[in-house]
Amino acid sequence: MKGFLAVYLREILILKNRLGKVLLSFSVNPLLYLFAFGIGLGRGIEVQGVSYLEFLIPGLISATSMLQAFAINVELNVARFYLKIFEEFQSAPISPLTYSLGEIFFGITRAFLSVFIILLIAYFSNVRLNLAPEFFFFLFLNAFVFASLGLTSAMVIKSHGDQTLLTNFIITPMMFLGGTFFPVENAPSLVRPLLEILPLTIVSRNVRSIALFGVYDEKSLIILFGLALLSFCLAYFAVNRAKD
Amino acid sequence: MHITSPSSCLALKVEDLKKSYKKVQALKGISFELRKGELFSLLGPNGAGKTTTIRILTGLIKPDGGSIFVFGEDITKNYISAKRLIGYVPQHINLDVELTVYENLLIHGLLFGMSLKEIKKRIDELLAFADLAQRRKTKVKDLSGGMKRRLLIVRALLHQPKILLLDEPTVGLDPHIRRKIWHLIKQIQEKGASILLTTHYMEEAEYLSDRVAFIFNGVIHRVGKPRKLIEELGSHVIDIYTDGGVKTEYFQDRQSAERRMFELRGKANSFSLRRTTLEDVFMKIQRVVEGIEKT
Repeated sequence: MKGFLAVYLREILILKNRLGKVLLSFSVNPLLYLFAFGIGLGRGIEVQGVSYLEFLIPGLISATSMLQAFAINVELNVARFYLKIFEEFQSAPISPLTYSLGEIFFGITRAFLSVFIILLIAYFSNVRLNLAPEFFFFLFLNAFVFASLGLTSAMVIKSHGDQTLLTNFIITPMMFLGGTFFPVENAPSLVRPLLEILPLTIVSRNVRSIALFGVYDEKSLIILFGLALLSFCLAYFAVNRAKD
Repeated sequence: MHITSPSSCLALKVEDLKKSYKKVQALKGISFELRKGELFSLLGPNGAGKTTTIRILTGLIKPDGGSIFVFGEDITKNYISAKRLIGYVPQHINLDVELTVYENLLIHGLLFGMSLKEIKKRIDELLAFADLAQRRKTKVKDLSGGMKRRLLIVRALLHQPKILLLDEPTVGLDPHIRRKIWHLIKQIQEKGASILLTTHYMEEAEYLSDRVAFIFNGVIHRVGKPRKLIEELGSHVIDIYTDGGVKTEYFQDRQSAERRMFELRGKANSFSLRRTTLEDVFMKIQRVVEGIEKT
């Protein structure tokens, strides 16, 4: 437990020391998207029976939680190859499981910080969402999956440049195509099956459904559990194998 | 000749340790011992296998073969429990630069399972010991190089390890700060710690070590007390400068060296007499290993 606390606390202390900058950077992207797509397109457009702004905000919450959870890979990469901090954890009497959980829960914390910022923006944009426990549970699983993948990539990929490539080629396209800005049902039939199986599509669809109508798909929850388990196993094995 | 100590006197025993990186054999089956309360140094050029040895001992990399006994227990079977007995000071400064001195130490204490009360007490003691008490709330990025090095040592000592592994602890420091670190290491040893040191600086090894081992290309070639190794080579040395370079001759006593100097007058461009150092022993062994000289 103390090992987990040490890994988690280290990240939290670093976050605390630059909280202002972090909160600002967490707010910039969602604000830009909201301005460009939400306010720019106006409340006049209706999507799936609600205004576009109401449609957009749950998708943006899902996508941002994914981005921020996955983004632990960049700092882990810097800590590992530039600051050599990973050695301090490796030479300590803690297991790869403890280390993995500490980093993944920090990823989840980052994700929820960004979620609360968007919820605040939504509140001031006069968008009212149903914030049921299931809403947060789906986001928790989403953050868990992507923090685990972020940790895996930080352990497997050794260059900072390649980390950015991964974000550019996988995470950013997923953000745009995973049901954040438009309903996946509207996508061309050729690519639709591919978009349907993206984890973000599953999350944004359910988070939106809970936020706007108070319902969710139980099968999606089981799939997300499976993905969380799989991504955690990947992270665990990557940490276990990582030797500087 | 390698003399084995009774296992009850040993803090660390390494037997036939092997490690390869792809086609390069970094360690070709090295064996050595660290006695309780002793400061033992591994000396060798870059790429000799010193850091690989230390990194295996800390569990950072896995050996391909061999055994490591820490206070009689084979740690290759259970690294996690053995890590509590070991304090590690790496060659590079791997501190969290954005965190304060106190925060860096707090994280280390928690990683090693210490209670908050215990951590605070040890931090107070050790910061005072390393003359860093005034820097408790300073961010690491604002410390000088020497302070960062001392903080690394403090961090390694926080969980009260029985063995301290120092991997080039004074690399890149100016002579004044280096001597301060030497003093700190001496004090740590006086408090009963067993210390394994790797260094490039022969005067450091000569000043600090009870025994030294010379490692070249993953093989340990000589082990002994610095003074004894120097005496075996000869207590005095003459460096003879000729057109072809510098030639070195060793003598068992000053009188023989002075007699040789008398003979050299008019034959060599210049020459100088000095006492033999551990660096001479190192150079001699290196030349033998490289086949330039015979034993």
